Amino acid sequence: MELLAQAARNGIPPDINALIAAVPYCAWLGLAARQQDDRIVLEMPFTPRLVGNPIIPAIHGGVIGSLLETAAIVQTIWDTRSAAIPKPVDITIDYLRTGRAVTSFAGARLARQGRRVVNVHAQMWQEDESKPIAALRGHFLLP
Amino acid sequence: MVTVESGRKAVFDSPRHAPSPRIMTEPANDLLRSLTLAQGNNAFIQALGAEVIEAVSGRTTMRLPYCDKIVGNPDTGVVHGGVITGLLDHACGMAVGSALGVMVGDAPRLRSTSFATLDLRIDYLKAAKPGSDIFVIGECVKITRQIVFARGRAYQESVDDLIAAATGTFILTELRPASDAQA
Repeated sequence: MELLAQAARNGIPPDINALIAAVPYCAWLGLAARQQDDRIVLEMPFTPRLVGNPIIPAIHGGVIGSLLETAAIVQTIWDTRSAAIPKPVDITIDYLRTGRAVTSFAGARLARQGRRVVNVHAQMWQEDESKPIAALRGHFLLP
Repeated sequence: MVTVESGRKAVFDSPRHAPSPRIMTEPANDLLRSLTLAQGNNAFIQALGAEVIEAVSGRTTMRLPYCDKIVGNPDTGVVHGGVITGLLDHACGMAVGSALGVMVGDAPRLRSTSFATLDLRIDYLKAAKPGSDIFVIGECVKITRQIVFARGRAYQESVDDLIAAATGTFILTELRPASDAQA
């Protein structure tokens, strides 16, 4: 991606919010990013279209997976300064608590960074980071 | 979304991907029909533009037409992995729900349509081709007294050429009666 390649060429950190705006699915989910030290935290405000179970109501498991996978990808881009979007190889999502109809957050860390592949752990939470809603472990191929 | 006609499970508008005649001739079931409608009528799935094109006991097939909002890489037009995850999660959940309903039998004995996803594993076998519909099949593999196992497959042109494969585990939030249990 040009905005990632340009940042990599100039040796400056990529603008993660510009990246999110350029990725249609991330923009559709309503994601926003902020930097906390060396960690990118994604924020996803609740909207009715994220609902998977209207009775509780709960956020759809697929939305939770999407948020976690995006957190893993942006942290990978941040840490590796990659010029293109890493490709997911496999992911495992553990669903720990019901995702309620409130704002969600997600962050990730690279457990292992190789030359070709990274192992990433991501977590999603709502009011309390110490009570995660879901966790992801996955491998992503670097471009 | 799913439309249900009297005496039929669901309406297929894609003959190319219609399930086998064996599945279509299974007797209709009111509980399954209501499960199909309840779970098919889902805000996220509707907003994505996906639809359930087949829903029978223990098996659900969905279709998502390609559109701009599902793109995860604007350079290539490849769909975001989270979209595939969402479809697989939904199809596996529906397959589990329908299998539970049918396996438990008549409505008064139904104590276990309530369940939660424990985990979901997705292998992204290859990138989805931009511009093509995505199909997802969820299948219930095994129901035990407390845990249900499911698997999912995602493909485009052919079910023999998968773009993703999923394994899901679910826990029943209301236990099945012991007489129904296999484990």
